[in-house]
Amino acid sequence: MKIVIIGNGMVGYKFCEKLLSKEASSSFQITVFGEEIRPAYDRVHLSEFFSGKSAEDLAMAPANWYSDNNIILHLGDPIAQINTTTKTVDSHKGLTVSYDILVMATGSAAFVPPIPGTEKDGVFIYRTIEDLELMTAYAKKAKKGAVIGGGLLGLEAAKAMIDLGVSDTSVIEFAPRLMPRQIDDAGSNVLKAKLESIGLKILTNKNTAEILGSSCISGMQFSDDSKIEVDMLVISAGIKPRDELAKLAGLETGQRGGIVVNDQLQTSDPSIYAIGECALHRGMIYGLVAPGYEMAEVVAATITGTPKTFTGFDMSTKLKLIGVDVASFGDAFLSGNGVQSIAINDTHKGIYKRINISADGKTLLGGILVGEAEQYNMLLQTFKNKVILPPNPEDVILGARGGETDTGAGVTALPDDALICSCEAVTKGMICNSVSEVGCETVDAIKKCTKAGTGCGGCVPMLKDLMQHTMKAQGKLIRNVLCEHFNYSRQELFDLVKIHDLKTYDAVLDKLGNGHGCEVCKPAVSSIVASLWNEMILKKGNATAQDSNDRFLANIQKGGTYSVVPRIPGGEITPDKLIVIGEVAKKYNLYTKITGGQRIDMFGAHLSDLPKIWEALIAAGFESGHAYGKSLRTVKSCVGSTWCRFGLHDSVSFAIKVEERYRGLRSPHKLKSAVSGCIRECAEAQSKDFGIIATEKGWNLYVCGNGGSKPQHALLLASDVDEETCIKLIDRFLMFYVKTADPLTRTATWLNKMEGGIDYLKSVVLNDALGMNALWEDEMNHHVATYECEWKVAVETPEIRKRFNHFVNAPEEKDPTVHFEEMREQKRAKEWK
Amino acid sequence: MVAATTTWFYACLAEDVPENGGVCVKYNNEQIALFHFARLNEWYATQNECPHRNQMALSRGMIGTQGDEPKVACPFHKKTFSLKTGECLSGDECAIKTYAVKVEDGKVYIAIPG
Repeated sequence: MKIVIIGNGMVGYKFCEKLLSKEASSSFQITVFGEEIRPAYDRVHLSEFFSGKSAEDLAMAPANWYSDNNIILHLGDPIAQINTTTKTVDSHKGLTVSYDILVMATGSAAFVPPIPGTEKDGVFIYRTIEDLELMTAYAKKAKKGAVIGGGLLGLEAAKAMIDLGVSDTSVIEFAPRLMPRQIDDAGSNVLKAKLESIGLKILTNKNTAEILGSSCISGMQFSDDSKIEVDMLVISAGIKPRDELAKLAGLETGQRGGIVVNDQLQTSDPSIYAIGECALHRGMIYGLVAPGYEMAEVVAATITGTPKTFTGFDMSTKLKLIGVDVASFGDAFLSGNGVQSIAINDTHKGIYKRINISADGKTLLGGILVGEAEQYNMLLQTFKNKVILPPNPEDVILGARGGETDTGAGVTALPDDALICSCEAVTKGMICNSVSEVGCETVDAIKKCTKAGTGCGGCVPMLKDLMQHTMKAQGKLIRNVLCEHFNYSRQELFDLVKIHDLKTYDAVLDKLGNGHGCEVCKPAVSSIVASLWNEMILKKGNATAQDSNDRFLANIQKGGTYSVVPRIPGGEITPDKLIVIGEVAKKYNLYTKITGGQRIDMFGAHLSDLPKIWEALIAAGFESGHAYGKSLRTVKSCVGSTWCRFGLHDSVSFAIKVEERYRGLRSPHKLKSAVSGCIRECAEAQSKDFGIIATEKGWNLYVCGNGGSKPQHALLLASDVDEETCIKLIDRFLMFYVKTADPLTRTATWLNKMEGGIDYLKSVVLNDALGMNALWEDEMNHHVATYECEWKVAVETPEIRKRFNHFVNAPEEKDPTVHFEEMREQKRAKEWK
Repeated sequence: MVAATTTWFYACLAEDVPENGGVCVKYNNEQIALFHFARLNEWYATQNECPHRNQMALSRGMIGTQGDEPKVACPFHKKTFSLKTGECLSGDECAIKTYAVKVEDGKVYIAIPG
């Protein structure tokens, strides 16, 4: 089949590319005629020609691309005539080529209004690289410039004038405002102010009557009798479809130009198609490149045997015009019955945003963004997918404010190129792709496919979120189940374990699960059992169901030794206790370091030394610090009012009280807290799962903050409360979290995923929306009453204590493969391979 | 399969091994992880070293199943290995050695290939 394409602009090129991608096109003979001497280039970014890009840089594909793909390209040779009866085209240079299918991608020319004097020197149009070259030469002697046209193209031309050094330029618009098709008056005013601030003059409501000057332009005369001096003018007032060939061939054209096409983009001659700016589809000329590309796809698909139709195109667009973001989407101007508009007009910052929403406030119908268009993609998706708007629709343009959480927080709001697994350099896009394209539907499958999560493993919860989100987006039903052994979410399992009064991992698995467990459900279920009953975690055969740090009540470190962290509540410690730590560390040759949570970590302990070390520590009044558990770690404090001249209350005493209340509480993930004695916030309470800051009148309680890989500030839950109230609120907050969060989910992530966010959390914890508060307080009191130091139990219980040996058949021997190296007068673990 | 030249090495008493967990057995200069998978009423033994970072740790790992395959997860980075075949079930770490185990009169023996 012989295909002839008239026009080698962006759309004409894209049509070639689309055609080549279809298998059926391999037998096609493709011939292209282009009027310009260059192969297709990127006209959208034409102004970059002035900022140093060459014509080659702007090329869509190098000249040899066409020959490499067996496309015959005739440049600088426009078609002079189409003979529809013989199905041939005659070129300007005299070639005659026959076609089976003819595709017209003739594009458009600049529309030049009928103003006397447009033929004068110094008057330009802005369309091709040749136009730019002519402008560049002339601009050197020009001082006062003008552009006719305050639309998209006019402003592009104005940018070109600035780039050419003609900064004293006026933009002349016939309509009462700039960009009349895309934005409303208020948006236009913001845009105008921005453009004026960089030196452009904006003249609206101006109808040019005459271009003054003898042979060269010297000024412009307007119909309101005003005049300006001008020595260089660019006309960029719109486009005119190139339909002259079509007219000549007798094809149907529109009254105001354009080749009439149907939904298949066929002209009145079924062998001839028209695409891009020359096509008139349902009375509409599409002057943007995206619909042109879509048309190219429709025709390429149709003529290769898989018919498609073009049914119009969303003209939503986001542009950067002379450094100013301008975007519009959907129906930007909608008004009247059944439509409400919300607008913010910040003339100080130069930002205007408007959304049009349905009368019930639920759907987004369109909108305008000027000055800042960060939310464009999100709004466009909301509009296109008819996503239900939040209860306060203004949130979508105002964003987070006044203690509100950003509705888009969490992994789903991250861009595709966000690095999720930094160990293996895996992006969000790659992970989502492994789910949607490769079909990975378990975290393990994603790990195998992408390697994400195989390094430090810190990103695994995010992998799960992304997988679920992607599967949901594909319309797949997913139940958030624990693992293959339990067909329940953690929250469901928590309630079931309680209802069935189950106290061991095996009992839970027998009653509620199937199979024989794994490293995912064992720690999760063990945590639930511990949270519910607060029994010593190594008893009743539960030891082997604990994560291995919990099983040995210590953190395993490089080389297989352990670290020891006694609790130092609030970071307060006596000199005597400091001496004991020093003595113990010396005796067992341990590396010591102050932790981030105001306590002291001792590294390099052999498994078999752990009970002896703890015996010594416990004898000196220390207890487990639970640094190995998913439980309360530290409550950091500043020194507070006992010493500090700024301190409002005794933050250390309160921190100790809080730490001693919640110590040992097993939770879905670790918990960190802090108490600051004044707003200087030296304890950094706002980066904690729950943080307390002294005020003149009491304490402010903040929740769901996080440091770590995705820092997030805690949000204010209650202000100016007394100690007793503060404790009650924390009791409820923690119990709510412990019962409902997914495994390994910190409070910040838990809140991000919570429907209704902080407002809902407040309604539950402050207003008892679930009617659970009294029960939760009782449960926390039970936890406090039944707390015991698990290391004390471990060293005093022979059958637990005997597990702390490296060799079962040589209990007195230490692991001979453990090696240390010296560093700064202490030791460090030998580097692993 | 146990070869004819196999010697049975006495490791420990069955009661020395926690149910559904492991211990480390010293055999000359080698370390063998021994597991009592009580839920399956099975005993397994593998090398104690996790090949991922060459850490002597598998005996301290959690055991469980993936489908019908019994497995152990290394405490360090949760790489999992089949207790039956030694094959790595997560990622592409190399396989681990496995040993046959028998229990007689409450004593556990590990088969050392000859």
